[in-house]
Amino acid sequence: MIKTQYRELYCSSPRYWGGLASLAFIILVGLGAAFHMEHNGHFVTGMSNQIVWGLPHVFAIFLIVAASGALNVASIGSVFGGPMYKPLGRFSGLLAIGLLAGGLVVLLLDLGRPDRLIVAMTTYNFKSIFAWNIILYTGFFTIVGLYLWTMMDRKFEQYKRPVGFAAFFWRIALTTGTGSIFGFLVAREAYDAAIMAPMFIIMSFSYGLAFFIITLISAYWWAGRTIGDLRLAKLKNLLGVFVGAVLYFALVYHLTNLYVTQHHGVERFILLDGGVYTNMFWIGQVLIGGIIPLFLLYSPAFTTSRFAIMVASLLVLIGGFFQVYVIVIGGQAYPMNLFPGKEVLTSSFFDGVVASYTPTIAEALLGIAGIAVSMTLVAIGSRMLRVLPESLEDPADGECI
Amino acid sequence: MDRLTGIKRFAGVLIGGALLLLSTGAISETAVTKGSKAAGLDACVAPTAVMRRDHMDYLKHDRDMTVRKGVRDTQYSLSECVECHAEKDDAGAYKPVNAEGQFCSSCHNYVAVSLSCFQCHRKTPESTAGSGTAMKQEGSFSTDSLGLLQSLGNPVSLSRDELVRLHATVKGD
Amino acid sequence: MSCSNDQPDMNRREFLGKSVVAATAAVVAPGVMLTVANAASDEGASSAVRWGLLIDTNKCADGCSACVDACNKENGIDLMQRPTGQSDEMWNAQRPQWVRKVKLRDKQTGEISNLPMMCQHCEHPPCVDVCPTGASFKRADGIVMVDRHTCIGCRYCMMACPYKARSFIHQDVAEQLTGTPRGKGCVESCNLCAGRIDAGHSTTACQDACNKDGHQAILFGDLKNPDSAIAKALKAESSHQIRADLELNTGVRYTNI
Repeated sequence: MIKTQYRELYCSSPRYWGGLASLAFIILVGLGAAFHMEHNGHFVTGMSNQIVWGLPHVFAIFLIVAASGALNVASIGSVFGGPMYKPLGRFSGLLAIGLLAGGLVVLLLDLGRPDRLIVAMTTYNFKSIFAWNIILYTGFFTIVGLYLWTMMDRKFEQYKRPVGFAAFFWRIALTTGTGSIFGFLVAREAYDAAIMAPMFIIMSFSYGLAFFIITLISAYWWAGRTIGDLRLAKLKNLLGVFVGAVLYFALVYHLTNLYVTQHHGVERFILLDGGVYTNMFWIGQVLIGGIIPLFLLYSPAFTTSRFAIMVASLLVLIGGFFQVYVIVIGGQAYPMNLFPGKEVLTSSFFDGVVASYTPTIAEALLGIAGIAVSMTLVAIGSRMLRVLPESLEDPADGECI
Repeated sequence: MDRLTGIKRFAGVLIGGALLLLSTGAISETAVTKGSKAAGLDACVAPTAVMRRDHMDYLKHDRDMTVRKGVRDTQYSLSECVECHAEKDDAGAYKPVNAEGQFCSSCHNYVAVSLSCFQCHRKTPESTAGSGTAMKQEGSFSTDSLGLLQSLGNPVSLSRDELVRLHATVKGD
Repeated sequence: MSCSNDQPDMNRREFLGKSVVAATAAVVAPGVMLTVANAASDEGASSAVRWGLLIDTNKCADGCSACVDACNKENGIDLMQRPTGQSDEMWNAQRPQWVRKVKLRDKQTGEISNLPMMCQHCEHPPCVDVCPTGASFKRADGIVMVDRHTCIGCRYCMMACPYKARSFIHQDVAEQLTGTPRGKGCVESCNLCAGRIDAGHSTTACQDACNKDGHQAILFGDLKNPDSAIAKALKAESSHQIRADLELNTGVRYTNI
C-alpha cells in the first residue's frame, strides 16, 4: 500500500488570492447587510411577527445540517473502517468545522440582540433544546478539532478511533438537536413530529456529502491535483443512497401527516395549493433535489462523468435549500388553527390567514456570506494544514475494493 | 539606563503631580447636574462613594427582584435614578439622563463604559398625566411621628424619601 | 455622623434629628430595625395566587376595540412610530400587538363570536420551555413574561407559542413609559399589567376599558382564591381554554365560544 502524502493546498498565487479576495468581498457585503438589519432593526427585513424566522435561518439551518453531514466521510474512514475514505478524513473534519462556523455566524448575526452573545453563552435554560444546541455546537468544534489533531499527529494516532467514535455520536446528537428545534414545537402543525430528528440526520448525510464532493473537486482543480475515478464513484454511489433516503423520509413524513385528519390542512397547503411553497416542494425539493440528481448519479450514460457528479451534487444542495425553506418558512406561513371548526372573519394579527413573506436582499446577502465564511475557512485551513492528500489516484492493486 | 538630570526629574514630578491632581479632581468633583432633584438632596439612596462604585450591582440585583419576583419597592430602582437625576432645560422640559453631558452619560463617557439601560428604559421622569399607571405608587405617609421605638400599635411611619435617606445614613458614615 | 456630600441639604436639621434616632435604634435594637426594613419591602409575586382572565365572548362587542386601545395606552405601545415608508400590511405584521380582536364564524352553524386574544398565561408555557437563556419566564403568581435583560431576540418563543401572542420589536423605540421598557431586538407580550397588579390594583387596563364601555366582557382575578369573582364565575358556568388539547392549563379562559 502506498503511503498517503498530505500537503498544504498550494496554488499559484493569483488563483488562490483571487479566490480568497472574492470570498472576502462576499463576506464584507454580508456584514454590511447584517449591520443594516441590526442598525435599523428587523423592520427592514421581510420577517415579521408572523414569519419570525426567515431566509437567514434557512441558510443557517442548511449549513449547520450540512456541517454534521460533512463529517461523515471521516467517520466512515476511521470508525467504520472504509479504507477508500481514509485519506479524505482530514478534509472532511475541516469542512465540517467550516460549515458549522458559517451557519452559526448567520444565526448569530440575525439575533435581535447579537451584542448579547455573552448572555447566550452564560445563561442557560436546560429545558430549552436551543440551549442544548449551543452546547452541542461548541462541543462539536472541540471534538472535531481534537479529531483532526489525532488524524494529523502521529503521536496521538492511538486516540483516533475513540475520538472518531465520540465525534460520530456527537454529530448524530447535533443533528438530532437541530431537527428537534422543530420537532418539539407542539404549536405548529407542520413541525410537531418526532420524525423531524431522524429526517434531519438523513438530510445532513445528503447535504454534507454533496458539499464535500463539490469542495473536494474544486480544491483539487484549484491545486491541479488528481482524484481517481474509483474514489469519486464511491462517493457518488453513497450520495445516491442518501438522496434516495431523503426522498423516502419526506414521503413517510407526509404520509404520516396525511393520515391525521387534523393535519390535512397543512398537507394540502404544502402539497397542493400553497403557491410558492408547493412549487418549492415539488419542483425544488423533489425534482431538482431528488429525481434529477438520482438520474445523474445512476444513469449508465454518466458513469464516469465528473461534470455529472458536480451537477448532481449542486442540485442536491439547491434542492436541500428548498427543502429547508419549505420546512422553516412554509411551516410558519400556514396559519395555526386556534379555533377548530371556526373561520376567522377579521383579525388585525393575520389569524387564520396564510402569512406572506418576501425576503429582502439584505437577508439573502447575510445568508450567502455565511456560505462564504465556510468556504473561506476551508480555503485557509487547507492552505495552512496538511489536510489534502498529494494525490487521490486510485490504488493500483485495487486492494481497497 | 540614562541618568535623569535634575530638570527632567523635576518636570516628571510636576507632570505626575498634575496628573494626580487631575485625577483626584475628576473623582471628587460632583457629577450631579444642577437643576435636577438630586442636586437638592443630601445623599443618594446610599453614600455617594458607595453609589459610584456599586450602583451597577445594586441595580442589577434589584432589577431581578423587580422583574422576576415582582418586588416593586426595592431600594435601588432605575426609574428613581431617572426621577432624581434628570435635569430640566430652560423651557422646563426634562433632558434625557443619557444625553450628552447629563448625569448618566457624563460619567459613563468619562470611563468609557457603555450605557445600555436606556436602549429600553425611559430616559426622563414620567409626567404624572402619562397614560400608564404602573409604578406610580408614591406612599402617602404621615411625617410627624419620629420615634422608631415609640409603640407597637403605631408602627414607624416615614416617607419613602426619608426612609431611603435614613438607610443611607445608617449604612454609610 | 457627618456625610461628606457635595450637596447642601435644605432640611438638614430635621433630618439630623431623625438620623440620630435611627442610628440609636440601629445600635440598640437591630432586630427592630430589621423589621422596619422588611416592612418597607413588599413580598412580590406570591405563589398563593394565580392571576387569570375570564372573557365572556357573548358580551364582547363586534367592532369594539376598547381593550386593545387601553392596552396600547397602558403599555406605551401607542408611543411607537411607524417607520417611514412602511406599508400598512407590514406595519400590522411587525408592530407589537399584546391583545388583538378576533371575529369568528362557526363553519357549521354560522354563529358569530368576537373575542380578544392575548397571552394565555399557561401553567406550562411552551415559550418558557424553549427559551435558551431563561428570559421567558413565569412569575410565582402565574404571569408569563419576558425579562428583557436576558432576551437575545432569537424568537424561538414566538415559534413555540400556540397563540401567536408574542411580538418582536422590529425597530428603534424613541419613547417608552417608565413601567413598560421597550427596545429594538427583544420579544414581549401581555403581562397581565404586572406593574399595575404589583402596585395593588385589582383590575387590568383592558378590563377597566371594557367595563367603562359597559360591556363587562373581561374579568381579572385570582384563580386560586375560591371567593374571587373569577373563580366563582368559572365554577358557575362552563368555560373553554383555547387549544385545550395541548393541556397547557391556560390562565385565560373563555365562555360561550
